[in-house]
Amino acid sequence: MGINIIDKRNNPKGKSSKNRHKLLKRISDKIKKAIPNIVKDNDVKDLTSSKKGVKIPIKGIGEPQFSYDQKSGNKKRVYPGNKEYGAGDRIRKPNDGEGKGGSKGSNDPSVSEDEFVINISREEFLEYFFDDLELPDMVKKHLNTIVNFKQKRAGFSNQGTPNRLNVVKSFKNSLSRKMATSIFFDKKIKDLEKKLKNEALSEEEVDVVKKEIDKLKKMKLSISFMEEVDLQYNNFEKQPVPVTSAVMFCIMDVSGSMGEKEKDIAKRFFMLLYMFLTKQYENIELVFIRHHTAAKEVDEEEFFNSRETGGTIVLPALELMNNIIDERYSGWNVYTSQISDGDVWSQDDSSACKEVLENEILEKIQYMIYVEIPRGYSESGDLWADYKNLSNSRENFAVGQIREVSQIWDVFKDFFKKKAE
Amino acid sequence: MSKKKKEDLKKMFSNSEWNSETIIEADKVVSKIAEDYLGLKTYPNQFEIVTSEQMLDAYSLVGLPVSYNHWKFGKDFVINKNNYKKGRMGLAYELVINSNPCISYNMEDNTTCLMLLVLAHAAYGHNHFFKNNYLFKQWTHADAIVDYMIFARDYINKCEEKHGYEAVENVLDACHAIMNYGVDKYKKPSKISPSEERDRLKKKIEDERILANDLWRTLPKNKEDKLKKKRYPSQPEENILYFIEKNSPKLKEWQKEIVRIVRKVSQYFYPQGQTKVINEGCATFSHYEIINKMYDEGYLSDGFMTEFLHNHSNVIFQPGFDSKYFSGINPYTLGFNIFVDLKRMSLNPTEEDKIWFPEIAGNKDWASTFRYIVDNFKDETFVLQYLSPKVIRDMRLFELSDKSTELKYTVTSIHDEYGYQSVRESLSQHYNRATYIPDIQVFDVDVYGDRTLTLNYTSIDEKNINEKDLEVVLYNISYLWGFPVRLVEGGKLEKEIKKPINTKGL
Repeated sequence: MGINIIDKRNNPKGKSSKNRHKLLKRISDKIKKAIPNIVKDNDVKDLTSSKKGVKIPIKGIGEPQFSYDQKSGNKKRVYPGNKEYGAGDRIRKPNDGEGKGGSKGSNDPSVSEDEFVINISREEFLEYFFDDLELPDMVKKHLNTIVNFKQKRAGFSNQGTPNRLNVVKSFKNSLSRKMATSIFFDKKIKDLEKKLKNEALSEEEVDVVKKEIDKLKKMKLSISFMEEVDLQYNNFEKQPVPVTSAVMFCIMDVSGSMGEKEKDIAKRFFMLLYMFLTKQYENIELVFIRHHTAAKEVDEEEFFNSRETGGTIVLPALELMNNIIDERYSGWNVYTSQISDGDVWSQDDSSACKEVLENEILEKIQYMIYVEIPRGYSESGDLWADYKNLSNSRENFAVGQIREVSQIWDVFKDFFKKKAE
Repeated sequence: MSKKKKEDLKKMFSNSEWNSETIIEADKVVSKIAEDYLGLKTYPNQFEIVTSEQMLDAYSLVGLPVSYNHWKFGKDFVINKNNYKKGRMGLAYELVINSNPCISYNMEDNTTCLMLLVLAHAAYGHNHFFKNNYLFKQWTHADAIVDYMIFARDYINKCEEKHGYEAVENVLDACHAIMNYGVDKYKKPSKISPSEERDRLKKKIEDERILANDLWRTLPKNKEDKLKKKRYPSQPEENILYFIEKNSPKLKEWQKEIVRIVRKVSQYFYPQGQTKVINEGCATFSHYEIINKMYDEGYLSDGFMTEFLHNHSNVIFQPGFDSKYFSGINPYTLGFNIFVDLKRMSLNPTEEDKIWFPEIAGNKDWASTFRYIVDNFKDETFVLQYLSPKVIRDMRLFELSDKSTELKYTVTSIHDEYGYQSVRESLSQHYNRATYIPDIQVFDVDVYGDRTLTLNYTSIDEKNINEKDLEVVLYNISYLWGFPVRLVEGGKLEKEIKKPINTKGL
């Protein structure tokens, strides 16, 4: 029977495309599923400030199998290419079973993959993150725009203010101008001197020539040291750059009434705000203030994780912030977000808060957001009423309520809509 | 054949450009030598010419022309493609699958010399092996595999439409995690044709409504019965996928069918995993003998042979253990060396050969000896019986003892009189399946309690199970089983390696 030759080269390409598509789908599903955990497990700052992007461990595209622990056991293996060993020789084990004569062959089926780690850029992460929150495209664009400008060197110009005069450049110009002009005189002087030497001239004529030479020499000396045309100024252009530093205050009520769910909402909200700010500022410092009846500045870890009980008094937190601004951040771009369940000890507290905000804090800061996470169906409290009142009269103060994780984005959007107007 | 014709062919084969006529003419010569000189018996050949991308497609499906769709194959494709593009990996000249007709994929950019080499190697060497080796005869149905895979693909597509891709993927993922445990090592499966397969399926669906699983129907009649309850299964079951398919209390019929498909595929590849050395040895020895015979008979030029020998020595290159290229023993080299040495001792035996291989030394009929071995052995037994002292010396094989408790290896045997036997036994153990796939079997089901499935690990060489994936794999099994799954060691129900892992199941 003859051989059956089939030339497959012109068959349609992409036989594996279905399987590849399945892989991609799986990966993007896993990223989306991994995001809530990432938000939960990572520091707000780590996650969003890293220029390298976000590492997402993806469980589920490794292929787990039962396998042996390669370090265990009492094994005998055969290797080829013995040169010097005799029976009974002892050989030092390489570290971790790698290296020369290592115990792993390429066809060792026990080599299995760990969980894959996918690196995505911060922008991609934002896409996924906001996807989760159903971020409208329009607003994403807004997040991506850069608003501030910085002066940047851009060559030289022959116009400008004296303080931008570039001395070296101007002097160079003047030197070349002087050289160029003096060549004209030098040439004439030379010609005349030649004439003196070579031609037989009468006394009179010699005098005339000599006078001429003197005159030219004088003129040469009179070339001005610096003229308008020499002057060069450093030129600057406006270039869009993120404004460099800002500080973001996170104030959270940690009284007994704030549960895990409320904290999760708070964390997501802080993250969103932080990401929004990192779009515009290169350096953002974070200050975490937690309060129940007393306020305390803490690190992020403590801020989100430790739990305290007790009643709520808001004023100390605002006062603490006010002090910190005065001490460390005067002249900075200050953003503040306060999250609370709205429960306050007394009406006195809330009206005192309103007063501090109105008279002190709002004067110093760019923008303040107050988010209330009401518990159950409870009525809005005194704090809400006072703050709401204040927000109507002040441009840089906004309030909102979030009951569910899914509402975070809408509320967030409202805050910044207001600012954009 | 006329002398003129031979000269024409010689010219044709010396041209590095080939066309289909070249291959047809080469096949005529090669097949004749394969049959008359080596006595090979083969399936008809389907010789496919493919591009590198098509070769990568074939790689990701392990050579199967069709398979069900799964991300795993996509991942293999992407990884191979990246490695190939970055020059980290070369592609094989050919890939051949065990089917009837025997399909081989051959790279379009092979030279004429390489095409003749792969023709002799795959289309005759491997082909004979697939058709005649006892493991393949017993375990795989070369006539049915392509049809079965079409059935599998269509079935899984239908399941995706009906139950959603995620539900299907979950079952497939879980099955793949224990694919190595979807194999019968001793029982012989009954042969079933694709049409019977469909009938069986229809009947199964028919039965679905009235199906009551015998295992769970057994309620204890009285307290005494419960006390002397027997273990179920009464004998440990090595085929975990089979056990789950037959006994899982929660799997629906379509899910069982998917389990069945995965274990069928696993069973199909089972012989290949155990015959790498002998199969490659068979194919390499075949191409070497056939091409040399063609040269002797005047079909090939000296230039052709130079190129051939260059390619051949690349194929059987064995870096030493201390080379940076070392990645284990090259199965092509080992298998080829053993067969070459068997031929040598058949024709020119030494005193040593007469002691070690009295039946082969000087028997002159090396071709029958070759065929007998090819047809009746797998790697483990092949090495154990036929690795000769001369091959051990030539490859300078030595045995190293590696105890986890000691800081140093000990050289226990080398290529000398005292070491031959030990090196040979040790090397044969490399190819024992339990050396690279832990022996884990179904041990017990808590029929009267919470239905926990207990698996038992039997350790060899005092090796432990890798903790890393253990939990995920058990989770996958419990996904299929529907109830907790745990792992014990050494046949003792109380010696737990891993506590019961539970999932809500399907």
